[in-house]
Amino acid sequence: MSLAELICPAGTPAALRTAVDAGADAVYCGFNNATNARNFPGLNFTPDELTNAVAYAHARGTKVLLALNTYPPAGKFDLWRDAADLGARIGVDAFIVADMGVANYIRCTHPHMRLHLSVQAAASSPEAIRYYCESFGVKRVVLPRILTIPEIRQIRKEIPCEIETFIFGNHGLMVEGRCSLTNYLTGQSTNMDGVCSPASDVEYLRAADGSMSSRLAGFTIDKFSADEMAGYPTICKGRYKAPHRPDGYYAFEEPVSLNLSRLLPDLIDAGVHAFKIEGRQRSKSYVRNVVSAFRQAVDDIRAGRAPNVADLVALTEGQKQTQGAFETKKWR
Amino acid sequence: MTRLTLGPIAYHWSAEKRRDFYARIADEAPVDEVYLGEVICSKRAPFHEADLPTTIERLERAGKTVILSTLAEVMLTRERKATADLAAMEAPEIEINNAAGLLARGKRPHRIGPFMNAYNEATIAWMAGQGATHVCLPTELPGPAIAIAARSARALGLGVEVQVFGRASLAVSARCYHARAHGRTKDNCQFVCEADPDGMPLRTRDDAPVLRVNGIQTQSESYVNLMPESGRLVADGVTHLRLMPQGVDMVAVSALFRSVLEGGTLLDEADERLRKLLVQTSFSNGFYYGQAGYRRISNSAPA
Repeated sequence: MSLAELICPAGTPAALRTAVDAGADAVYCGFNNATNARNFPGLNFTPDELTNAVAYAHARGTKVLLALNTYPPAGKFDLWRDAADLGARIGVDAFIVADMGVANYIRCTHPHMRLHLSVQAAASSPEAIRYYCESFGVKRVVLPRILTIPEIRQIRKEIPCEIETFIFGNHGLMVEGRCSLTNYLTGQSTNMDGVCSPASDVEYLRAADGSMSSRLAGFTIDKFSADEMAGYPTICKGRYKAPHRPDGYYAFEEPVSLNLSRLLPDLIDAGVHAFKIEGRQRSKSYVRNVVSAFRQAVDDIRAGRAPNVADLVALTEGQKQTQGAFETKKWR
Repeated sequence: MTRLTLGPIAYHWSAEKRRDFYARIADEAPVDEVYLGEVICSKRAPFHEADLPTTIERLERAGKTVILSTLAEVMLTRERKATADLAAMEAPEIEINNAAGLLARGKRPHRIGPFMNAYNEATIAWMAGQGATHVCLPTELPGPAIAIAARSARALGLGVEVQVFGRASLAVSARCYHARAHGRTKDNCQFVCEADPDGMPLRTRDDAPVLRVNGIQTQSESYVNLMPESGRLVADGVTHLRLMPQGVDMVAVSALFRSVLEGGTLLDEADERLRKLLVQTSFSNGFYYGQAGYRRISNSAPA
C-alpha cells in the first residue's frame, strides 16, 4: 500500500501554518507573481515569507512544494529562472512544473532538486508521462481530473514515477494548460499570467425584476432569478444558449466541486501515492477543516479502519458535489 | 519566401465534403503546405482516414507539402495507437500535438503543433535539441513574444508558424460538449457535431455571440485575422502563416492572403475584400496586441 501523502494548499503564510498544524504531509504554494497558476491578488509568498514557511514546515516534518507551473512567454523567462534559483536556495522539497523550458532549466541547473509534473502539463497517457520522466527526471505526475480509477491503475503500471491525484475542491473541466478562455474575454492569460476568471473583471448586476447577472469583463456568464444564489462567473461554469438550447444551459459543467472521499481506498489500491486538496485561494478555517478531516480519513485507512465518510461529505455542505470522471466515463 | 499553410480541419466534415474541399485546394488555393489528419476527436478518424493516401497524393501532385497532424488529446488506447502509428511513419512529415507523440517520435525530425505550448525560447531550444524542425506558436502569444520566439527558433534553424486566420482554439477537454448539448455522452454521441461544419455557436444569456463548440474543443466566436499584421510577423522572423479551414470559401481567403504577401494587392483593399467575403463574421486580433482575444485592434504598434 502506498503512503497516501496528503498534499495541502497554502495560499498564504497563515494558511500554510494552518495546513501544517492540521496534519498535511506536504503543502504547495507559489511566489506572488506570474510563475504560478494561482496568481491572485493577496495570495502567495514573498521570498522572505517562503523562507520562514519552509523553516516552519520542516521543523514539523512537513514538505514544501513550490508551484512554478505556468508557461513563460518568450522574453520573460528570467522571472521563472529566478524563481527556480530562489526556491532551490530556500530549500523547498520539490518544484511543480509544466513548461519544458522551465523543467529543463531546473534539471540542468539544480539537478539535485525533485521535479513534479503539474496538472498544467496535461499529461494524460503513460507515453506523455514517460516523456517528462525520461526527459527531465520527473519523480511524480499530478494527473488531470479526467481519468477513471481503472485508467489510473493501468497508467500506474506503465510509468516509472509516482501519481498524485486531486481529491477535493474546484472541479476543473478543461484540459489544464490548454485553456485560453480567460485570455479571450479579459486579456489576462491562465497559462502566461496564472489568472483564471479574475475577480478584478467581475461584476454583479441586479435588474429591476430582481434577477442577477454575474459578468466577467462585460460578458454575462450567468443570470440568476431573484430566489437563486448568484454564482461566481467562471467561464466554464456559466450558462449559455445554443441553437437548440434557447433557454440557456450549463454548456460545459455545472458549478460543482470535486469530492472523492468515498473513493480514497480505491485510489490507494490503484496505486495513487498522494492526494491533493485544491484551494490555495480558500480561507484558513476552510483549510483547517478540510485538512483535518482528510488527515483523519487517511490515517483511518492506513490503520485498516473505515474512514468516516459522512464527515468528509459534510465539508461541501450546501454545494453540489461530483466524483467527476473518477467514477464513470459517462462523465465524458 | 514566406510560406502560406492550411491547418488541419478542426470539424467533423463528411468524407465527401473533405474530398471536394481538398480537390479544390489542390487545384486552386495558393497555399504551399497543407496539414491533414484528425486533431480533435479520435472517433471521427475512421470516417476519413481511408481517403488520406489519395488526398496526400492529390495535394503533392499539385506541388503542396503535406504534413500529418496528431491528436491534441491522447488518453484512450485507440488514441495512443493512432499517435504511435503516425509517429512511426517516414513520410510525409508529421506535426505533433501531444507529448505522447514526442515520446514515440524520439529524435527523428518532426514539427511542433500549436497544442504543444512552445511559449518561449528555452522550450523551443529544448524541442530543437530533440529533433523539432519547425514550431507553430500558441495562438494566444502576443506580438513581442512572437518576435523573440521567432528569432530564437530561426537561429536554431527552425521554421516558425503563426495562425493568421480562423477561429482560435481556446480549450480542449476530455468531455464532448457537442454530445452534452444534445443530452448524450462522448461514447454515444451519434456524431451530432457533423451538423455544425463551422462549430456550434454559444451565446450569452443576453444574446452576445461568444464561443463555438466543436466536440471536445471550445473555439472563439470571432475569426482571428492577422492579415494587417502579416507584414510585421514576417519582418519579425515568422516563416509560415497558417490559415485554419472554416466553413467559408478558403480558396478566396488564401488568395487574398497570398496577394498581400506578394505585394500584389494593397493591404486595405485585401482587408476590405476579406470583410465582404465574410460579412457574417467578426474578426479579432486581441491576442496579438496582448489584449482580450476577442477584440479587434486597429493596426498600430503592439502593446
